[in-house]
Amino acid sequence: MSSFGRCAACKYLRRKCPQDCILAPYFPSSNPQRFACVHKIFGASNVTKMLQQVPEHLRAEAAECISYEAIARVQDPVYGCVGIITQLQQQIVQIHSEIMKTKGEMVAHHSAHPQHHTSPQQQGDPSQFISIHQQEQNNFQSDKHLSGNF
Amino acid sequence: MGGSSGSSPCASCKLLRRRCSKDCIFAPYFPPNDPHKFAIVHKVFGASNLSKMLQELPVNQRGDAVSSLVYEANARVRDPVYGCVGTISYLQNQVSELQLQLAAAQAEVLSMQMRQQKPHLVEQDMETSFHMAGDNFNSISHYIAVASNLSASVIQDPLKIESFST
Repeated sequence: MSSFGRCAACKYLRRKCPQDCILAPYFPSSNPQRFACVHKIFGASNVTKMLQQVPEHLRAEAAECISYEAIARVQDPVYGCVGIITQLQQQIVQIHSEIMKTKGEMVAHHSAHPQHHTSPQQQGDPSQFISIHQQEQNNFQSDKHLSGNF
Repeated sequence: MGGSSGSSPCASCKLLRRRCSKDCIFAPYFPPNDPHKFAIVHKVFGASNLSKMLQELPVNQRGDAVSSLVYEANARVRDPVYGCVGTISYLQNQVSELQLQLAAAQAEVLSMQMRQQKPHLVEQDMETSFHMAGDNFNSISHYIAVASNLSASVIQDPLKIESFST
């Protein structure tokens, strides 16, 4: 890498970029802002340690995610990625609620107009909606579990 | 909120082996009875970076910032490759699946309403309702495809995160 110029990390840190620079493959000089964010949030030393702890074939993904988190934190210094997680969880609750409401309308319609069953799907047992509801509730509970205690 | 009471240094000053001053920036958020909390944040972000981040925030927002940083640090230690981003991907998939379910349910309700309103025109209106349901489904599918492309591009190019998160 050094024969073609320094990587963004070494440029930022104003140091020589060695041939085996661990950061060079993931922080090319074409995107200096990305490393600037990573350095501000995690620090070059921590990022280097984090990448060293990961198998080489996964380092690109790790660097990508670390950059994502750093940029999220720069854009939202209070909540960072957790703000995005919260928004997604709220969105899931909202869509889930709309699904339940729509399925309630279906069940009500079935009850009010039983003669209008014209397709096999419509003649399904209303309890299938309950089992779908339970499955979605289970999915939502597992989402909350995965989202941690925040 | 001031620094430690003087009887016991906060968890950060204990770990960093320094005197815990009255105006220690970490003391309100890292009590001595929970050393793991600071240890993990220090491991991922570093005390110096953490201190700078907190100094840039109003005091009333620092508690939330610390909580979210602790969460992210824990996620990164549990999953050194994906960290929090793994959770974000999972939730995005959940959103996509639920949106598909909602589109399907809404299409079904629409076709039921069409049949109920004009039962003598069932055949014609079934076709219309399926087209309308298909349009709804296609528009939702298009939205999901756009959202998926946007989120995929966010993962590939984090600089687009601003448009994603708003």
